[in-house]
Amino acid sequence: MEEKMKTYKKHPLSLVFKIITVVAITITVAVFLLIVGYVLIKGVPHLSPKLFEWKYTSENASMMTSIITTFEMVLISLIIAAPLGIFCAIYLVEYAKRGNKAVKLIRLTTETLSGIPSIIYGIFGNLFFVLALKWDYSIMAGAWTLSIMVLPLIIRSTEEALKSVDDSYREGSFGLGAGKLRTIFVIVLPSAISGILSGVILAIGRVVGETAALVFTSGTIAQLAGLFDSSSTLAVHMYTLSSEGLYMDEAAATGVVLMVSVLLLNFLASFIAKKFKKG
Amino acid sequence: MDNQINLVDTSDSGITNKHRLKNFMERFMQAVFFVCALMSIVAVIIICLFMFYNGIPAMKEIGFFKFLFGGTWLPTATKPSFGIAPMILGSIYVTAGALIIGVPIGLFTAIFMAKFCPKKLYKFLMPPINLLAGIPSIIYGFFGVIVLVPFVRNTFGGNGNSILTASILLGMMILPTVVGMSESALRAVPESYYEGAVALGATHERAVAKVIFPAAKSGIAAAVVLAIGRAIGETMAVILVAGNQPRFAGGILDGVRTLTSNIVMEMGYATGLHYDALIATGVVLFVFILIINILLNVITSKKKS
Repeated sequence: MEEKMKTYKKHPLSLVFKIITVVAITITVAVFLLIVGYVLIKGVPHLSPKLFEWKYTSENASMMTSIITTFEMVLISLIIAAPLGIFCAIYLVEYAKRGNKAVKLIRLTTETLSGIPSIIYGIFGNLFFVLALKWDYSIMAGAWTLSIMVLPLIIRSTEEALKSVDDSYREGSFGLGAGKLRTIFVIVLPSAISGILSGVILAIGRVVGETAALVFTSGTIAQLAGLFDSSSTLAVHMYTLSSEGLYMDEAAATGVVLMVSVLLLNFLASFIAKKFKKG
Repeated sequence: MDNQINLVDTSDSGITNKHRLKNFMERFMQAVFFVCALMSIVAVIIICLFMFYNGIPAMKEIGFFKFLFGGTWLPTATKPSFGIAPMILGSIYVTAGALIIGVPIGLFTAIFMAKFCPKKLYKFLMPPINLLAGIPSIIYGFFGVIVLVPFVRNTFGGNGNSILTASILLGMMILPTVVGMSESALRAVPESYYEGAVALGATHERAVAKVIFPAAKSGIAAAVVLAIGRAIGETMAVILVAGNQPRFAGGILDGVRTLTSNIVMEMGYATGLHYDALIATGVVLFVFILIINILLNVITSKKKS
């Protein structure tokens, strides 16, 4: 320690540099604590039973319908995106040969998809699912839009998970006479399951927190809805509440539910991923 | 004897049948995997087609230059005028502001995490940074409304909904992107660089600042480009704090409307040419994003070679 102080005395710039980095990390962590803290402080006192009533009225500003819609949205978009994404990753890792041109194109387009901002997905969903396919504002249109949006996330995490399965597992399986398909489903996928799962959970987090892609695909009406009706998810509900400016307390309470569930999902994803790295 | 041979025969054809079925399944599933793999290509093509097909005609009708460089946006007037120059500038302002605030903090945070952080502390500092990336943008927006807007109004004046507010908020939002990517870039620099610098008498900090940091610059450049993409495409947080006036801003305390918020604010009720002009606004944003993607690709592929 003393020796360190001596070096710093000789090289004051080094000390300054280190202090700047410490300040930076403090700010970064403080930003996180500030956001979480403020939303909790503003929101928790307003969490009241009337916010969980089954029917939304302009008096109770209930979020119950939005919670149910969020579940529907998660379920449908995953039913679409999870198999597509996982199968795509299986092709990329298990079947594609090196230097395959199709693979290069798939990688490029997947990267492009993950760089497209959600509002563009929203416009596209509006043009394609709502208008061209005539689904109108509906949970289905929103779910399809989101499933394209989370596709790259699922592909990438599944790819990583499959790649980290040791080749000796595959060779052992082939050696015992199993075919490629059997090897993939019985040996490779089970060994990679936690990595795939953590990617899927991250995707759920994205769906739950998404707003811009949904405003013009599934709409902003707070109601219990079937798959081809318009209804707002929790995040969209929070946006309508806070943009009107009349329901800031209710928006804060909705924000607490939304933030806590998204943070828990992210936490769960990294927990599962860590477990998988060790095991 | 006859009986036995018969038995053998039937079981033989059973095996080939089974074999054939297995072979068929193998090929069938390979085809299924391949088709699924093509979905992201199909998605990109359809998205491009629909965006350009619906946006370009509006640009032509308004006039390409009038649309991009026109300074007045009066879509519902009796003589409507569709100029999105204020919005393009607005997006550029808030993105630049976000970079000015977010990149230095993010970079120094990354340096700390990669090179100065004690191992025991790392376990506690990393999760908050990662979770920042998971917080939905609407939560950031809400935080902006209840905390940043009053803060800017009271400290700097104006009504609080301004370029500055949006820049601070976006700066926060790009932190996890900048930190995550630059940290891995810093970690990827070979240890021998560091050892060489220290052996020549540099302090730990000097070695990091003068040797490791420059060596990681292409990874850091990629982080910044990605952050630009995030900031320029952000919608819900910006719309709540930026004020959204469709005019040229005079200073950083003026309100401003970005390309993204222009779309969200008006698409709900727009019809006809107005609706198409909003799609065209999306096309302009989309082109920005595609350029950023290409840039990112160039940087990362250079790094590999």
